[in-house]
Amino acid sequence: MAYSDKVIDHYEHPRNVGSFDADDADVGTGMVGAPACGDVMKLQIKVDPVTGVIEDARFKTYGCGSAIASSSLVTEWVKGRTLAQALEIKNSAIAEELALPPVKVHCSILAEDAIKAAVADYRARQDGNVAEQPACSPVTSPSA
Amino acid sequence: MQAVTDLQQPIYLDYAATTPVDPRVVQAMLPYLTQQFGNPASRSHAFGWAAEEAVEIAREQVASLLNADPREIVWTSGATESDNLAIKGVAKFHAGKGKHLITVKTEHKAVLDTMRELEREGFEVTYLDVQPDGLLDLAQLEAALRPDTILVSVMAVNNEIGVVQDIAAIGALCRARRVLFHVDAAQAAGKIPLDLEKLPVDLMSLSAHKIYGPKGIGALYVRRKPRVRIEGQMHGGGHERGMRSGTLPTHQIVGMGKAYALAREHMAGENERLRALRNRLQEGLLRIPEAHVNGSLHARVPHNLNVSFPFVEGESLLMGIKGVAVSSGSACTSASLEPSYVLRALGLPDEVAHSSIRFSIGRFTTPDEIDRAVAAVTTTVAWLRGLSPLWEMHQAGVDLSTIAWASH
Repeated sequence: MAYSDKVIDHYEHPRNVGSFDADDADVGTGMVGAPACGDVMKLQIKVDPVTGVIEDARFKTYGCGSAIASSSLVTEWVKGRTLAQALEIKNSAIAEELALPPVKVHCSILAEDAIKAAVADYRARQDGNVAEQPACSPVTSPSA
Repeated sequence: MQAVTDLQQPIYLDYAATTPVDPRVVQAMLPYLTQQFGNPASRSHAFGWAAEEAVEIAREQVASLLNADPREIVWTSGATESDNLAIKGVAKFHAGKGKHLITVKTEHKAVLDTMRELEREGFEVTYLDVQPDGLLDLAQLEAALRPDTILVSVMAVNNEIGVVQDIAAIGALCRARRVLFHVDAAQAAGKIPLDLEKLPVDLMSLSAHKIYGPKGIGALYVRRKPRVRIEGQMHGGGHERGMRSGTLPTHQIVGMGKAYALAREHMAGENERLRALRNRLQEGLLRIPEAHVNGSLHARVPHNLNVSFPFVEGESLLMGIKGVAVSSGSACTSASLEPSYVLRALGLPDEVAHSSIRFSIGRFTTPDEIDRAVAAVTTTVAWLRGLSPLWEMHQAGVDLSTIAWASH
Protein backbone atom coordinates (compact mmCIF):
# COMPACT_ATOMS: atom_id res chain seq x y z
CA MET A 1 0.00 0.00 0.00
CA ALA A 2 1.55 3.29 -1.06
CA TYR A 3 0.77 6.00 1.48
CA SER A 4 0.82 9.69 0.64
CA ASP A 5 3.47 11.77 2.34
CA LYS A 6 0.79 13.52 4.35
CA VAL A 7 -0.63 10.28 5.70
CA ILE A 8 2.86 9.17 6.68
CA ASP A 9 3.49 12.53 8.32
CA HIS A 10 0.33 12.31 10.42
CA TYR A 11 1.16 8.74 11.34
CA GLU A 12 4.70 9.53 12.41
CA HIS A 13 3.82 12.86 14.01
CA PRO A 14 0.17 12.70 14.99
CA ARG A 15 -1.31 15.96 16.20
CA ASN A 16 -3.22 16.33 19.45
CA VAL A 17 -3.12 12.77 20.69
CA GLY A 18 -4.70 12.30 24.07
CA SER A 19 -7.85 12.74 26.10
CA PHE A 20 -9.83 15.40 27.89
CA ASP A 21 -11.98 14.62 30.87
CA ALA A 22 -15.25 13.59 29.25
CA ASP A 23 -17.13 14.80 32.30
CA ASP A 24 -15.83 18.32 31.84
CA ALA A 25 -18.69 20.65 30.96
CA ASP A 26 -16.75 22.24 28.11
CA VAL A 27 -15.91 18.96 26.44
CA GLY A 28 -17.76 17.07 23.71
CA THR A 29 -16.80 13.46 23.02
CA GLY A 30 -17.58 11.56 19.85
CA MET A 31 -16.75 7.87 19.47
CA VAL A 32 -17.46 6.26 16.11
CA GLY A 33 -16.68 3.00 14.43
CA ALA A 34 -16.43 -0.48 15.91
CA PRO A 35 -13.59 -2.87 16.73
CA ALA A 36 -15.23 -5.49 14.55
CA CYS A 37 -14.84 -3.11 11.59
CA GLY A 38 -11.22 -2.38 12.37
CA ASP A 39 -11.80 1.34 12.87
CA VAL A 40 -12.62 3.23 16.06
CA MET A 41 -12.11 6.97 16.40
CA LYS A 42 -12.54 9.01 19.55
CA LEU A 43 -12.60 12.75 18.96
CA GLN A 44 -12.90 15.24 21.78
CA ILE A 45 -13.43 18.99 21.49
CA LYS A 46 -13.03 21.64 24.13
CA VAL A 47 -15.41 24.50 23.48
CA ASP A 48 -15.39 28.04 24.81
CA PRO A 49 -18.89 28.27 26.32
CA VAL A 50 -19.12 31.97 25.63
CA THR A 51 -18.03 32.14 22.01
CA GLY A 52 -18.95 28.59 20.96
CA VAL A 53 -15.52 28.28 19.37
CA ILE A 54 -13.60 25.02 19.57
CA GLU A 55 -10.46 25.94 21.46
CA ASP A 56 -8.77 22.59 21.56
CA ALA A 57 -9.19 19.02 20.37
CA ARG A 58 -7.83 15.58 21.11
CA PHE A 59 -8.07 12.26 19.34
CA LYS A 60 -7.35 8.57 19.79
CA THR A 61 -7.78 6.10 16.98
CA TYR A 62 -7.67 2.36 16.52
CA GLY A 63 -7.33 1.81 12.79
CA CYS A 64 -5.08 1.88 9.79
CA GLY A 65 -2.65 4.64 8.85
CA SER A 66 -5.30 6.48 6.84
CA ALA A 67 -7.72 6.38 9.77
CA ILE A 68 -5.09 7.74 12.14
CA ALA A 69 -4.18 10.46 9.67
CA SER A 70 -7.82 11.43 9.05
CA SER A 71 -8.56 11.87 12.73
CA SER A 72 -5.27 13.65 13.41
CA LEU A 73 -6.01 16.07 10.58
CA VAL A 74 -9.50 16.72 11.89
CA THR A 75 -8.20 17.83 15.30
CA GLU A 76 -6.16 20.47 13.51
CA TRP A 77 -9.04 21.63 11.35
CA VAL A 78 -11.67 22.01 14.09
CA LYS A 79 -9.52 24.24 16.25
CA GLY A 80 -10.63 27.83 15.96
CA ARG A 81 -13.93 26.91 14.32
CA THR A 82 -17.36 27.35 15.78
CA LEU A 83 -19.46 24.23 16.22
CA ALA A 84 -21.46 25.13 13.13
CA GLN A 85 -18.30 25.61 11.09
CA ALA A 86 -16.89 22.33 12.32
CA LEU A 87 -20.00 20.55 11.06
CA GLU A 88 -19.23 21.90 7.61
CA ILE A 89 -16.06 19.86 7.31
CA LYS A 90 -16.66 17.30 4.58
CA ASN A 91 -15.00 13.93 4.24
CA SER A 92 -14.12 14.74 0.64
CA ALA A 93 -11.92 17.59 1.84
CA ILE A 94 -10.17 15.27 4.27
CA ALA A 95 -9.67 12.63 1.59
CA GLU A 96 -8.31 15.20 -0.83
CA GLU A 97 -5.92 16.74 1.67
CA LEU A 98 -4.50 13.35 2.53
CA ALA A 99 -4.67 12.03 -1.05
CA LEU A 100 -6.56 8.94 0.13
CA PRO A 101 -7.03 6.19 -2.44
CA PRO A 102 -10.65 5.11 -3.10
CA VAL A 103 -10.34 2.08 -0.86
CA LYS A 104 -9.47 4.38 2.10
CA VAL A 105 -12.09 7.06 1.58
CA HIS A 106 -14.27 5.44 4.23
CA CYS A 107 -11.67 6.50 6.83
CA SER A 108 -12.39 10.13 5.99
CA ILE A 109 -16.12 9.47 6.28
CA LEU A 110 -15.57 8.10 9.74
CA ALA A 111 -13.59 11.21 10.68
CA GLU A 112 -16.44 13.43 9.50
CA ASP A 113 -18.82 11.30 11.58
CA ALA A 114 -16.55 11.75 14.59
CA ILE A 115 -16.83 15.52 14.35
CA LYS A 116 -20.60 15.28 14.18
CA ALA A 117 -20.69 12.95 17.15
CA ALA A 118 -18.43 15.20 19.24
CA VAL A 119 -20.50 18.29 18.44
CA ALA A 120 -23.76 16.45 19.12
CA ASP A 121 -22.43 15.24 22.44
CA TYR A 122 -21.30 18.71 23.46
CA ARG A 123 -24.66 20.22 22.52
CA ALA A 124 -26.59 17.50 24.32
CA ARG A 125 -24.60 18.11 27.46
CA GLN A 126 -25.21 21.88 27.21
CA ASP A 127 -28.92 21.25 26.93
CA GLY A 128 -28.76 19.45 30.24
CA ASN A 129 -29.35 16.04 28.69
CA VAL A 130 -26.42 14.71 30.60
CA ALA A 131 -28.38 11.63 31.64
CA GLU A 132 -26.77 9.42 29.04
CA GLN A 133 -23.01 9.57 29.00
CA PRO A 134 -21.69 8.27 25.74
CA ALA A 135 -20.86 4.67 26.46
CA CYS A 136 -17.38 5.34 25.24
CA SER A 137 -16.10 7.81 27.83
CA PRO A 138 -13.39 6.15 29.88
CA VAL A 139 -12.98 6.77 33.57
CA THR A 140 -9.55 8.31 33.31
CA SER A 141 -8.07 11.54 34.49
CA PRO A 142 -7.47 14.15 31.83
CA SER A 143 -4.26 13.77 29.92
CA ALA A 144 -3.91 16.79 27.72
CA MET B 1 8.61 8.81 20.40
CA GLN B 2 9.57 7.82 16.92
CA ALA B 3 6.70 5.72 15.65
CA VAL B 4 8.40 4.26 12.66
CA THR B 5 11.39 2.05 13.21
CA ASP B 6 13.55 2.55 10.20
CA LEU B 7 15.67 -0.51 9.70
CA GLN B 8 18.69 -0.14 7.52
CA GLN B 9 18.20 -3.49 5.90
CA PRO B 10 14.68 -4.75 5.27
CA ILE B 11 13.86 -8.02 6.97
CA TYR B 12 11.79 -10.60 5.14
CA LEU B 13 9.48 -12.56 7.42
CA ASP B 14 6.82 -13.44 4.86
CA TYR B 15 8.13 -16.80 3.66
CA ALA B 16 4.60 -18.17 3.63
CA ALA B 17 3.76 -15.70 0.87
CA THR B 18 6.75 -16.65 -1.25
CA THR B 19 10.43 -17.47 -0.94
CA PRO B 20 13.56 -16.26 -2.70
CA VAL B 21 14.84 -18.76 -5.24
CA ASP B 22 17.82 -20.59 -3.79
CA PRO B 23 20.99 -19.61 -5.71
CA ARG B 24 21.69 -23.30 -6.30
CA VAL B 25 18.30 -23.60 -7.97
CA VAL B 26 19.04 -20.61 -10.20
CA GLN B 27 22.32 -22.20 -11.24
CA ALA B 28 20.56 -25.41 -12.17
CA MET B 29 17.95 -23.56 -14.24
CA LEU B 30 20.12 -21.22 -16.30
CA PRO B 31 21.54 -23.61 -18.91
CA TYR B 32 17.99 -24.54 -19.91
CA LEU B 33 17.22 -21.00 -20.96
CA THR B 34 19.92 -20.39 -23.51
CA GLN B 35 21.76 -23.62 -24.15
CA GLN B 36 19.50 -26.60 -23.56
CA PHE B 37 16.41 -24.74 -24.66
CA GLY B 38 14.78 -27.52 -26.62
CA ASN B 39 11.15 -28.49 -26.36
CA PRO B 40 10.94 -31.68 -24.29
CA ALA B 41 8.29 -32.94 -26.71
CA SER B 42 10.66 -32.70 -29.68
CA ARG B 43 11.42 -36.38 -30.05
CA SER B 44 13.39 -36.08 -33.25
CA HIS B 45 16.56 -34.32 -32.17
CA ALA B 46 19.10 -33.94 -29.41
CA PHE B 47 17.77 -30.56 -28.28
CA GLY B 48 14.49 -32.19 -27.38
CA TRP B 49 16.08 -35.29 -25.89
CA ALA B 50 18.28 -33.23 -23.58
CA ALA B 51 15.31 -31.22 -22.39
CA GLU B 52 13.22 -34.32 -21.89
CA GLU B 53 15.98 -35.94 -19.87
CA ALA B 54 16.16 -32.90 -17.60
CA VAL B 55 12.39 -32.98 -17.12
CA GLU B 56 12.43 -36.63 -16.15
CA ILE B 57 15.27 -36.12 -13.71
CA ALA B 58 13.30 -33.31 -12.08
CA ARG B 59 10.21 -35.49 -11.98
CA GLU B 60 12.22 -38.07 -10.10
CA GLN B 61 13.47 -35.41 -7.69
CA VAL B 62 9.97 -34.21 -6.87
CA ALA B 63 8.70 -37.78 -6.50
CA SER B 64 11.61 -38.62 -4.20
CA LEU B 65 10.72 -35.99 -1.65
CA LEU B 66 7.29 -37.58 -1.37
CA ASN B 67 8.28 -41.24 -1.76
CA ALA B 68 6.12 -41.40 -4.87
CA ASP B 69 6.54 -42.83 -8.35
CA PRO B 70 7.74 -40.27 -10.93
CA ARG B 71 4.90 -41.31 -13.19
CA GLU B 72 2.55 -39.94 -10.55
CA ILE B 73 3.83 -36.38 -10.99
CA VAL B 74 2.00 -34.08 -13.42
CA TRP B 75 3.54 -30.65 -14.09
CA THR B 76 1.30 -27.61 -13.80
CA SER B 77 1.78 -23.83 -13.58
CA GLY B 78 1.55 -23.87 -9.81
CA ALA B 79 -0.42 -25.16 -6.85
CA THR B 80 -3.46 -23.08 -7.80
CA GLU B 81 -3.68 -24.85 -11.13
CA SER B 82 -3.04 -28.18 -9.39
CA ASP B 83 -5.97 -27.50 -7.05
CA ASN B 84 -8.17 -26.66 -10.02
CA LEU B 85 -7.07 -29.75 -11.90
CA ALA B 86 -7.57 -32.08 -8.95
CA ILE B 87 -10.96 -30.77 -7.90
CA LYS B 88 -12.51 -30.08 -11.28
CA GLY B 89 -10.76 -33.10 -12.77
CA VAL B 90 -12.27 -35.48 -10.22
CA ALA B 91 -15.67 -33.80 -10.29
CA LYS B 92 -16.03 -33.99 -14.05
CA PHE B 93 -14.69 -37.52 -14.34
CA HIS B 94 -16.72 -38.97 -11.48
CA ALA B 95 -19.93 -36.95 -11.80
CA GLY B 96 -21.75 -40.11 -12.77
CA LYS B 97 -20.94 -41.61 -9.41
CA GLY B 98 -21.93 -38.61 -7.33
CA LYS B 99 -21.91 -34.84 -7.19
CA HIS B 100 -21.02 -34.12 -3.57
CA LEU B 101 -17.66 -32.77 -2.41
CA ILE B 102 -16.37 -31.91 1.04
CA THR B 103 -13.79 -29.33 2.04
CA VAL B 104 -12.87 -27.09 4.98
CA LYS B 105 -13.57 -23.40 5.56
CA THR B 106 -9.91 -22.66 6.17
CA GLU B 107 -8.71 -23.85 2.77
CA HIS B 108 -6.82 -21.58 0.38
CA LYS B 109 -8.92 -19.59 -2.06
CA ALA B 110 -7.58 -21.78 -4.87
CA VAL B 111 -9.62 -24.61 -3.36
CA LEU B 112 -12.60 -22.62 -2.06
CA ASP B 113 -13.15 -20.62 -5.25
CA THR B 114 -12.86 -23.79 -7.35
CA MET B 115 -15.46 -25.44 -5.14
CA ARG B 116 -17.74 -22.41 -5.57
CA GLU B 117 -17.36 -22.68 -9.30
CA LEU B 118 -18.43 -26.34 -9.16
CA GLU B 119 -21.46 -25.35 -7.11
CA ARG B 120 -22.41 -23.00 -9.91
CA GLU B 121 -22.18 -25.97 -12.26
CA GLY B 122 -24.57 -28.06 -10.21
CA PHE B 123 -22.33 -29.84 -7.72
CA GLU B 124 -22.98 -29.79 -3.99
CA VAL B 125 -20.23 -28.82 -1.55
CA THR B 126 -20.04 -29.12 2.22
CA TYR B 127 -17.67 -26.66 3.90
CA LEU B 128 -16.64 -28.06 7.27
CA ASP B 129 -15.92 -25.93 10.31
CA VAL B 130 -12.70 -26.28 12.26
CA GLN B 131 -12.11 -26.29 15.99
CA PRO B 132 -10.74 -23.20 17.72
CA ASP B 133 -7.20 -24.52 17.32
CA GLY B 134 -7.72 -24.77 13.57
CA LEU B 135 -7.85 -28.56 13.40
CA LEU B 136 -10.58 -30.52 11.69
CA ASP B 137 -12.83 -32.67 13.88
CA LEU B 138 -12.82 -36.11 12.26
CA ALA B 139 -16.25 -36.90 13.65
CA GLN B 140 -17.61 -33.95 11.68
CA LEU B 141 -16.00 -35.22 8.50
CA GLU B 142 -17.39 -38.68 9.07
CA ALA B 143 -20.86 -37.26 9.57
CA ALA B 144 -20.58 -35.26 6.35
CA LEU B 145 -19.60 -38.17 4.13
CA ARG B 146 -22.45 -39.46 1.95
CA PRO B 147 -22.89 -42.25 -0.59
CA ASP B 148 -22.65 -39.65 -3.37
CA THR B 149 -19.47 -37.99 -2.06
CA ILE B 150 -16.71 -38.15 -4.64
CA LEU B 151 -13.95 -36.00 -3.16
CA VAL B 152 -12.66 -34.67 0.12
CA SER B 153 -10.12 -31.83 -0.01
CA VAL B 154 -8.12 -30.82 3.08
CA MET B 155 -4.84 -28.91 3.10
CA ALA B 156 -1.89 -30.40 4.96
CA VAL B 157 -0.54 -27.11 6.35
CA ASN B 158 -2.53 -23.88 6.56
CA ASN B 159 -0.93 -20.85 4.96
CA GLU B 160 -2.24 -18.32 7.47
CA ILE B 161 -1.86 -20.04 10.82
CA GLY B 162 0.52 -22.89 10.04
CA VAL B 163 -1.54 -25.67 11.62
CA VAL B 164 -0.98 -29.23 10.42
CA GLN B 165 -4.02 -31.42 9.76
CA ASP B 166 -4.02 -35.14 10.52
CA ILE B 167 -3.76 -36.21 6.88
CA ALA B 168 -3.20 -39.87 7.72
CA ALA B 169 -6.40 -40.14 9.74
CA ILE B 170 -8.47 -38.15 7.26
CA GLY B 171 -7.16 -40.27 4.42
CA ALA B 172 -7.92 -43.49 6.24
CA LEU B 173 -11.50 -42.35 6.72
CA CYS B 174 -11.85 -41.51 3.04
CA ARG B 175 -10.31 -44.82 2.00
CA ALA B 176 -12.75 -46.74 4.15
CA ARG B 177 -15.61 -44.98 2.40
CA ARG B 178 -13.99 -45.18 -1.05
CA VAL B 179 -13.92 -41.43 -1.46
CA LEU B 180 -11.02 -39.75 -3.21
CA PHE B 181 -8.83 -37.57 -1.01
CA HIS B 182 -7.05 -34.46 -2.26
CA VAL B 183 -4.46 -32.60 -0.21
CA ASP B 184 -3.21 -29.10 -0.96
CA ALA B 185 0.40 -29.44 0.16
CA ALA B 186 1.68 -26.10 -1.11
CA GLN B 187 2.82 -25.07 2.38
CA ALA B 188 3.73 -28.60 3.44
CA ALA B 189 6.09 -30.12 0.86
CA GLY B 190 9.64 -29.82 2.09
CA LYS B 191 8.45 -28.66 5.49
CA ILE B 192 6.84 -31.75 6.97
CA PRO B 193 7.64 -35.34 6.03
CA LEU B 194 5.17 -36.68 3.46
CA ASP B 195 5.39 -40.34 2.52
CA LEU B 196 2.86 -41.07 -0.17
CA GLU B 197 3.55 -44.74 -0.01
CA LYS B 198 2.14 -44.73 3.51
CA LEU B 199 -0.30 -41.83 3.40
CA PRO B 200 -3.69 -42.71 1.89
CA VAL B 201 -3.76 -39.63 -0.33
CA ASP B 202 -5.01 -39.78 -3.91
CA LEU B 203 -4.12 -36.31 -5.18
CA MET B 204 -1.68 -33.76 -3.86
CA SER B 205 -1.04 -30.18 -5.02
CA LEU B 206 2.56 -29.03 -4.97
CA SER B 207 4.17 -25.62 -5.30
CA ALA B 208 7.72 -24.60 -6.11
CA HIS B 209 7.88 -21.01 -4.99
CA LYS B 210 7.00 -21.82 -1.37
CA ILE B 211 10.15 -23.92 -1.08
CA TYR B 212 12.87 -21.82 -2.72
CA GLY B 213 11.93 -22.66 -6.30
CA PRO B 214 10.72 -20.29 -9.01
CA LYS B 215 7.18 -18.98 -9.28
CA GLY B 216 4.98 -20.24 -12.08
CA ILE B 217 5.59 -23.98 -11.74
CA GLY B 218 3.99 -26.65 -9.64
CA ALA B 219 2.77 -30.21 -9.86
CA LEU B 220 -0.12 -32.46 -9.08
CA TYR B 221 0.51 -35.89 -7.61
CA VAL B 222 -1.99 -38.39 -9.05
CA ARG B 223 -1.92 -41.84 -7.47
CA ARG B 224 -1.40 -44.86 -9.69
CA LYS B 225 -2.02 -47.59 -7.16
CA PRO B 226 -4.96 -47.66 -6.92
CA ARG B 227 -5.28 -45.64 -10.11
CA VAL B 228 -6.92 -42.27 -9.83
CA ARG B 229 -8.61 -40.91 -12.93
CA ILE B 230 -9.19 -37.24 -13.55
CA GLU B 231 -10.38 -35.21 -16.49
CA GLY B 232 -7.73 -32.87 -17.83
CA GLN B 233 -8.62 -29.20 -17.73
CA MET B 234 -5.99 -27.90 -20.13
CA HIS B 235 -6.33 -29.32 -23.63
CA GLY B 236 -3.98 -29.20 -26.57
CA GLY B 237 -1.56 -31.98 -27.36
CA GLY B 238 -2.15 -34.50 -24.62
CA HIS B 239 1.00 -33.88 -22.58
CA GLU B 240 1.39 -35.43 -19.13
CA ARG B 241 -0.60 -38.52 -20.06
CA GLY B 242 -3.48 -36.35 -21.25
CA MET B 243 -3.90 -34.75 -17.86
CA ARG B 244 -2.27 -31.42 -18.66
CA SER B 245 -1.45 -30.19 -22.12
CA GLY B 246 1.09 -27.52 -22.87
CA THR B 247 4.77 -27.34 -23.66
CA LEU B 248 6.74 -28.17 -20.56
CA PRO B 249 8.88 -25.25 -19.30
CA THR B 250 12.14 -27.12 -18.89
CA HIS B 251 13.96 -24.45 -16.92
CA GLN B 252 11.07 -24.09 -14.48
CA ILE B 253 10.78 -27.81 -14.04
CA VAL B 254 14.50 -28.19 -13.46
CA GLY B 255 14.20 -25.44 -10.87
CA MET B 256 11.36 -27.17 -9.06
CA GLY B 257 13.25 -30.46 -9.14
CA LYS B 258 16.38 -28.91 -7.68
CA ALA B 259 14.36 -27.09 -5.01
CA TYR B 260 12.70 -30.34 -3.98
CA ALA B 261 16.04 -32.18 -3.96
CA LEU B 262 17.50 -29.52 -1.69
CA ALA B 263 14.44 -29.69 0.54
CA ARG B 264 14.82 -33.42 0.87
CA GLU B 265 18.45 -33.00 1.82
CA HIS B 266 17.98 -30.18 4.30
CA MET B 267 14.47 -30.57 5.74
CA ALA B 268 15.34 -32.22 9.04
CA GLY B 269 18.21 -29.91 9.88
CA GLU B 270 16.35 -26.82 8.73
CA ASN B 271 13.30 -27.62 10.79
CA GLU B 272 15.42 -27.81 13.91
CA ARG B 273 17.04 -24.48 13.19
CA LEU B 274 13.70 -22.90 12.35
CA ARG B 275 12.04 -24.27 15.45
CA ALA B 276 14.66 -22.52 17.57
CA LEU B 277 14.19 -19.29 15.62
CA ARG B 278 10.41 -19.54 15.89
CA ASN B 279 10.67 -20.06 19.65
CA ARG B 280 12.92 -17.03 19.89
CA LEU B 281 10.36 -15.02 17.94
CA GLN B 282 7.47 -16.35 19.99
CA GLU B 283 9.14 -15.59 23.33
CA GLY B 284 10.01 -12.09 22.21
CA LEU B 285 6.55 -11.28 20.91
CA LEU B 286 4.66 -12.82 23.79
CA ARG B 287 6.48 -10.47 26.14
CA ILE B 288 4.21 -7.80 24.70
CA PRO B 289 1.23 -7.57 27.08
CA GLU B 290 -1.85 -9.53 25.95
CA ALA B 291 -0.27 -10.72 22.69
CA HIS B 292 -1.36 -14.25 21.80
CA VAL B 293 -0.76 -16.88 19.14
CA ASN B 294 -3.60 -17.93 16.83
CA GLY B 295 -4.02 -21.61 16.03
CA SER B 296 -2.81 -24.79 17.65
CA LEU B 297 0.47 -24.41 19.46
CA HIS B 298 1.55 -27.98 18.99
CA ALA B 299 0.18 -29.10 15.63
CA ARG B 300 1.93 -26.44 13.58
CA VAL B 301 4.94 -26.04 11.32
CA PRO B 302 7.92 -24.22 12.80
CA HIS B 303 7.89 -21.78 9.89
CA ASN B 304 4.73 -19.92 10.84
CA LEU B 305 3.59 -17.77 13.74
CA ASN B 306 0.31 -15.88 13.63
CA VAL B 307 0.01 -13.44 16.51
CA SER B 308 -2.67 -10.98 17.58
CA PHE B 309 -1.86 -7.72 19.35
CA PRO B 310 -5.15 -6.61 20.89
CA PHE B 311 -6.23 -2.98 20.68
CA VAL B 312 -3.85 -2.27 17.81
CA GLU B 313 -4.91 -2.52 14.18
CA GLY B 314 -2.82 -4.64 11.82
CA GLU B 315 -2.21 -2.24 8.97
CA SER B 316 -1.11 0.56 11.25
CA LEU B 317 1.26 -1.92 12.87
CA LEU B 318 2.72 -2.86 9.51
CA MET B 319 3.22 0.82 8.76
CA GLY B 320 5.19 1.24 11.95
CA ILE B 321 7.47 -1.70 11.30
CA LYS B 322 8.28 -0.73 7.75
CA GLY B 323 11.40 -2.60 6.87
CA VAL B 324 9.96 -5.81 8.30
CA ALA B 325 7.96 -7.66 5.68
CA VAL B 326 5.07 -9.62 7.16
CA SER B 327 1.36 -9.89 6.45
CA SER B 328 -1.78 -9.19 8.43
CA GLY B 329 -5.26 -10.64 8.78
CA SER B 330 -6.67 -7.14 9.04
CA ALA B 331 -9.40 -6.10 6.66
CA CYS B 332 -7.47 -2.96 5.81
CA THR B 333 -4.72 -5.00 4.22
CA SER B 334 -6.99 -7.01 1.98
CA ALA B 335 -8.29 -5.81 -1.35
CA SER B 336 -11.80 -6.87 -0.39
CA LEU B 337 -11.72 -5.11 2.99
CA GLU B 338 -12.75 -8.39 4.62
CA PRO B 339 -10.84 -9.63 7.65
CA SER B 340 -9.11 -12.97 7.44
CA TYR B 341 -11.67 -15.71 6.85
CA VAL B 342 -9.29 -18.26 8.35
CA LEU B 343 -9.17 -16.47 11.69
CA ARG B 344 -12.92 -16.05 11.54
CA ALA B 345 -13.27 -19.80 11.00
CA LEU B 346 -11.36 -20.34 14.23
CA GLY B 347 -14.24 -18.58 15.92
CA LEU B 348 -12.11 -15.54 16.65
CA PRO B 349 -13.91 -12.19 16.74
CA ASP B 350 -13.16 -9.80 13.89
CA GLU B 351 -11.15 -7.48 16.10
CA VAL B 352 -8.67 -10.29 16.65
CA ALA B 353 -8.32 -10.68 12.90
CA HIS B 354 -7.82 -6.93 12.55
CA SER B 355 -4.96 -7.01 15.06
CA SER B 356 -3.22 -10.10 13.75
CA ILE B 357 0.14 -10.40 12.04
CA ARG B 358 1.53 -13.45 10.30
CA PHE B 359 5.27 -13.96 10.71
CA SER B 360 6.80 -16.71 8.60
CA ILE B 361 10.48 -17.63 8.60
CA GLY B 362 12.70 -19.64 6.30
CA ARG B 363 16.06 -20.80 5.05
CA PHE B 364 17.72 -17.40 5.11
CA THR B 365 16.28 -16.03 8.36
CA THR B 366 18.87 -15.15 11.02
CA PRO B 367 18.61 -14.73 14.80
CA ASP B 368 19.56 -11.08 14.42
CA GLU B 369 16.60 -10.52 12.09
CA ILE B 370 14.30 -12.09 14.65
CA ASP B 371 15.62 -9.81 17.38
CA ARG B 372 15.31 -6.68 15.28
CA ALA B 373 11.78 -7.62 14.22
CA VAL B 374 10.75 -8.24 17.82
CA ALA B 375 12.17 -4.86 18.83
CA ALA B 376 10.36 -3.09 15.99
CA VAL B 377 7.03 -4.75 16.81
CA THR B 378 7.38 -4.09 20.54
CA THR B 379 8.09 -0.40 20.01
CA THR B 380 5.32 0.04 17.47
CA VAL B 381 2.67 -1.78 19.51
CA ALA B 382 3.46 0.40 22.52
CA TRP B 383 3.27 3.52 20.34
CA LEU B 384 -0.04 2.53 18.78
CA ARG B 385 -1.55 1.60 22.09
CA GLY B 386 -0.81 5.16 23.17
CA LEU B 387 -2.96 6.22 20.24
CA SER B 388 -5.69 3.64 20.80
CA PRO B 389 -9.01 4.50 22.46
CA LEU B 390 -9.60 0.77 22.94
CA TRP B 391 -6.39 0.31 24.89
CA GLU B 392 -7.30 3.38 26.94
CA MET B 393 -10.67 1.90 27.84
CA HIS B 394 -9.20 -1.50 28.52
CA GLN B 395 -6.65 0.04 30.89
CA ALA B 396 -9.51 1.82 32.65
CA GLY B 397 -11.16 -1.51 33.28
CA VAL B 398 -13.92 -1.12 30.71
CA ASP B 399 -15.25 -4.37 29.27
CA LEU B 400 -15.29 -3.61 25.56
CA SER B 401 -17.72 -6.40 24.84
CA THR B 402 -20.41 -4.51 26.72
CA ILE B 403 -20.22 -1.42 24.56
CA ALA B 404 -22.82 -0.63 21.93
CA TRP B 405 -20.68 0.71 19.13
CA ALA B 406 -22.02 3.39 16.81
CA SER B 407 -20.64 1.97 13.61
CA HIS B 408 -21.04 3.75 10.29
